[in-house]
Amino acid sequence: MATSESYVLAIGTKKGLWLASSPDRQNWSLSGPHFLMSEIPSIGIDTREGRTRILVGVRSEHWGPTVFHSDDLGETWTEPENGAIRFPEDTDAALERVWQIHPDAESRPGVVWAGCEPISVWKSTDGGEHFELNRGLWDHPHRSEWGAGYGGAAAHSIVVNPAGDKVHVAMSTGGVYRSLDGGTSWEPRNKGISARFNPDPYPEFGQCVHKIAADSAVDGRLYAQNHHGVYRSDDDAENWESIAEGLPADFGFVMLTHPRRAGTAWVIPLKADGERIPPDGKLAVHRTDDAGASWKRLDAGLPQAEYNVVLRDAACVDEAEPAGVYFGTRGGSVYASADEGEHFTEVASHLPDVLCVRVAAVSVPGLHAKQPSAAAASV
Amino acid sequence: MLLPSVLTPLAGGQSILTAPADGPVTVRWLLDAVTGDLPALSRRLRDETGAVRRYVNIYVSGNEIRRLQGLGTEVEPGQEVLIIQSVAGG
Repeated sequence: MATSESYVLAIGTKKGLWLASSPDRQNWSLSGPHFLMSEIPSIGIDTREGRTRILVGVRSEHWGPTVFHSDDLGETWTEPENGAIRFPEDTDAALERVWQIHPDAESRPGVVWAGCEPISVWKSTDGGEHFELNRGLWDHPHRSEWGAGYGGAAAHSIVVNPAGDKVHVAMSTGGVYRSLDGGTSWEPRNKGISARFNPDPYPEFGQCVHKIAADSAVDGRLYAQNHHGVYRSDDDAENWESIAEGLPADFGFVMLTHPRRAGTAWVIPLKADGERIPPDGKLAVHRTDDAGASWKRLDAGLPQAEYNVVLRDAACVDEAEPAGVYFGTRGGSVYASADEGEHFTEVASHLPDVLCVRVAAVSVPGLHAKQPSAAAASV
Repeated sequence: MLLPSVLTPLAGGQSILTAPADGPVTVRWLLDAVTGDLPALSRRLRDETGAVRRYVNIYVSGNEIRRLQGLGTEVEPGQEVLIIQSVAGG
């Protein structure tokens, strides 16, 4: 059967997973739902090793959290018999939610990271079928002092340096932690990031960092969207400086970076902590092309009025040229831009709250509009 | 043990699971016995610590075990144990 290049956009919502496909990033067809009535807080699309594996964190209010994967673009789903992520007995802990599934670099095939609630980081070496708890972070002496944001206490951002052993993790609440030895040991790295809800506004740790992302072209440069505050670090998180000037608000959840170009990042500001809506009820993406020195408002194709927020993992970029930008709202609308945010088109609307979106270019004979298998449906 | 229909695919399509017992057993023993070879089903009912998931209700003689002795609640031979999920929210 002939294959063609296509884009697959996986949309995780509060009540299931939808898959959208497009040959041109302009016209999208939607299939689903998969895992109806289970929330999908995390998705990882792993295109390494000559196959496309979609990994999804699935959580049922009744039946708990688990991880499924599909190697046939959602035609069938597999759940490892004994579960992909299970806390060891000695931890006396239970998995609440998988917040992040992050395939590692091309140079480390098979390695997939996961960030979970309770705050923990996990690593798989078999493509996400079985994960091992990172003991360095789990046993960290700060752990008892880490707190929970409204959504739960979770490690939600994992940034892995493709060339070395540097790993940065962000957690809410706890802040940014860095490992220089591949995850064996961890140190907090939050100097310059404020925690205005804390009596000490600049503690060593305890910040509510909402999302971090690495600049793909500048080693050591990171960006952070904080619970108030947008920051950049040029020294592997040793020091952070504000880059919020020029934005209509410094609150938000999203932080995206360009797949290749230095200095380009996207945020989606929200008015304030107490008023979590787009400023003036007008949804807009903001992009910097100079590492935060200036920001450009991007709203072409977006609705005139929108009061729903965009959550931390409900946004992503693709690796095409120009890069595509995707995001979904808690009102169930999903938007795509094939030109780095200059123009958006609506992929879907009226879905349940969008929790996570991830995209990948794949070679496929066609994307299946398939209902989940019985086992998947009974998560 | 009677399963809700949504869980039967994880029990090979069975809605009733049984375990041989010579005398009274506990709900914990029964769960261990009937889900021992069904790890995916086991995970749906109890988390890694062995605790019954928050919105999973287990009834013995019409009483939810949280109002009895929890997982230590006794089950007589031949007695039915019902598993019903709570339904709430929107």
